[in-house]
Amino acid sequence: MSEQTQGENRDPPDGNTANRGDTHPISRRRLLRSGVVGAVGLAAGSGALTAARSEGTRSVPGGAGMAHAPELSGVMGDVDPNGFDATSFLKAFDYGEVSTLPDGQVLREYEILATDRDIEVAPGVYFAAWTYNGTVPGPTIRCTEGDRLKVNFVNAGSHPHTIHFHGIHAADMDGVFEVVQPGETFVYEFDAAPVGFHLYHCHSIPLKRHLHKGLYGAFIIDPKDGRPEANEMVMMMNGFDTNFDGDNEVYAVNTVAFHYQKHPIEIEQGELVRLYVGNMTEFDPVNSFHLHGNFFRLYRTGTDLERHEWTDTVMMCQGERAVLEFTYDFPGKYMFHAHQSEFAELGWMGIFDVKPRTVT
Amino acid sequence: MTNASPEHGNAPPEQNQKVGQAPGRVPLAAKGLGPLLLLGVFLVLFVQFGPVGVFRAAFPPIEELTIDRVTFPEAGLVRVHLVNGGPEPVTIAQVQVDEAYWEHSVTPDREVGRLENVEVEIPYPWVDGDPLEISIVSSTGTTFTTEVAVATQSPQVTGRYVATFALLGVYVGVIPVFLGLLWLPFLAGISRRWMDFFLSLTVGLLLYLAVDALEGALELTGQVASAFQGLGLIVIGVTATPLAIHALGRLRSDKGGLTGPVGLATLIAFGIGLHNLGEGLAIGSAYATGEVALGTGLVFGFLLHNTTEGLGIVAPLARSRPSLTTLVILGLVAGIPTIFGTWIGGFSYSPVASVLFLAIGAGAIIQVILVLAQALRSEGHEGFSGALNAAGLVTGLVLMYATGLFVAA
Repeated sequence: MSEQTQGENRDPPDGNTANRGDTHPISRRRLLRSGVVGAVGLAAGSGALTAARSEGTRSVPGGAGMAHAPELSGVMGDVDPNGFDATSFLKAFDYGEVSTLPDGQVLREYEILATDRDIEVAPGVYFAAWTYNGTVPGPTIRCTEGDRLKVNFVNAGSHPHTIHFHGIHAADMDGVFEVVQPGETFVYEFDAAPVGFHLYHCHSIPLKRHLHKGLYGAFIIDPKDGRPEANEMVMMMNGFDTNFDGDNEVYAVNTVAFHYQKHPIEIEQGELVRLYVGNMTEFDPVNSFHLHGNFFRLYRTGTDLERHEWTDTVMMCQGERAVLEFTYDFPGKYMFHAHQSEFAELGWMGIFDVKPRTVT
Repeated sequence: MTNASPEHGNAPPEQNQKVGQAPGRVPLAAKGLGPLLLLGVFLVLFVQFGPVGVFRAAFPPIEELTIDRVTFPEAGLVRVHLVNGGPEPVTIAQVQVDEAYWEHSVTPDREVGRLENVEVEIPYPWVDGDPLEISIVSSTGTTFTTEVAVATQSPQVTGRYVATFALLGVYVGVIPVFLGLLWLPFLAGISRRWMDFFLSLTVGLLLYLAVDALEGALELTGQVASAFQGLGLIVIGVTATPLAIHALGRLRSDKGGLTGPVGLATLIAFGIGLHNLGEGLAIGSAYATGEVALGTGLVFGFLLHNTTEGLGIVAPLARSRPSLTTLVILGLVAGIPTIFGTWIGGFSYSPVASVLFLAIGAGAIIQVILVLAQALRSEGHEGFSGALNAAGLVTGLVLMYATGLFVAA
């Protein structure tokens, strides 16, 4: 876990070294040009030239003249307020249509519809997504360990899709071989197990495309006795390859680049916050979550109620997820973001606004 | 046609038909404009009722933004000049600098119409001497990326920079050409056979320059917005320039302006001047974009390289006795455009203008080559079948190549 540069996002990056190797092929013409200035520079009389050049460079590195530079990298404008609301998505849990089976088991029924839809992944930038219920990520499916789940899946999209749930269930409920053609339906039915924070996603091929197009969501199975009372939120780390070059142009948690930087998440000083953080980023093997001004208790996959680690940064492979718990002792604004600076500055960046404890 | 005899049994049917028409009823202009009128009607009907929907695809339109220029007017500020050379309007949604989304403003508008130019201003703390990558992200998520090899303060149109660029032009264009002119006394002293050798050598030099200019123009077409058809600009420049110069020469030939040795030398100087304009453009823009580095060894190469241009100009003058004024004018005609080139290239570099200038330069040189080749084949001359002249031509090419090696060293 790389942890060398705390708060690197406050300092605007200076010339990324990533492109240093991408020099242009040196053509004869270009060399010709080099020769020219050599010629000029050699001529001792050309004081004006030297003066002009050095005048240009002198004022640059100091930074005194950089009055315009912003404090934070970021996008211009804001997304359409009538579209996907990443703020309300944080706490939108779909508990399903609840009923009780004759044997007393709780039955939860969910309706999931796969549709093609253009979504706004950064202000003004639209991505032709494939969605579950019209959003990326799809609805957060939440239930309790041992519940009977019945998921009615309708494929209203243009390509064959499935829903593959992470969890323990029968092979024919795994959403891999039972490909649902456009216009067809499928019912997934199984008992919720094990406890933890899981995923569901499409498993049609080409898998990479079906995933990066947006067919995934969070799947939470609560322990029977629940977890301690907390302010709970779901954060799915994801990315969008908007120009289809096999590389993400936009990174975020819950799709919208810089959403939680522009709209900080309000929490309260002293309150227990529980994050369900999953990694559904395509193309990049790992993503990470870093919390400023605090440490969190880490419960990997959320399957165990004993904490694995007390840290401020966690790295996750594609498909990996964890439950994070923390409490802020001091009020103020605290960043959270991928500790891959590139991801952070391409949108995976947010702020917790810790409000002073209200006296009750 | 209308005079064809109707009694002629073998006349094709259409001829008979035309004869049947009363001549002069339909004016010729109308006959010419008719198809155009019909085309207009067809276009209107096509747009109104035509199967345009068939051509409209479900996928997003192909967008094309071309980044013409990136400038660094001051510390902490980057300016990107771009043009929409694609078929559809493009909306600029976001901007990335070195893979980070960054604040910016777009003038005049984020929606860039077809062939419209816009300026994106980014308050970015660029680092002097570092490379920089800028990506424009459109509303469809398409990215248009440019890499700046070296970020460095862009020249402003101030007295100091104007003088700097003028000096660049003088060193690169004017001085070498004048040095080359000094070969005139030498050329005046040699025999006619050897004179032809040097004229052939000049053809060789010019051929090399023409190919060099064309190569430069072709290389730049990649930077030209596709709507502006870089290759088309080259075809026009290369074809129209010799024709224009030829016509100009004929126009002036009554007054003896562009014929004879001085006329020929003027043509050569003019052609080389246009070539040097293109060279100046490249030099100015290279300086402005910081792509230049000091290399003392290259100085000599460049002087050698461009001095040969002067030799080419005076070669036809060897037998005449041009006045000093004539020589100075010739030198200026060939050399001064370099200065204009460095100004244009340094202050307002445009790939479109550069391609056009380079193509015009190549065209002008081609015209000079044609004239020289004609003179070498005229009566009493051996043309390139003569061993000495052939050797001259090849020597000219090799000389350019060899001096080019110094430039590239």
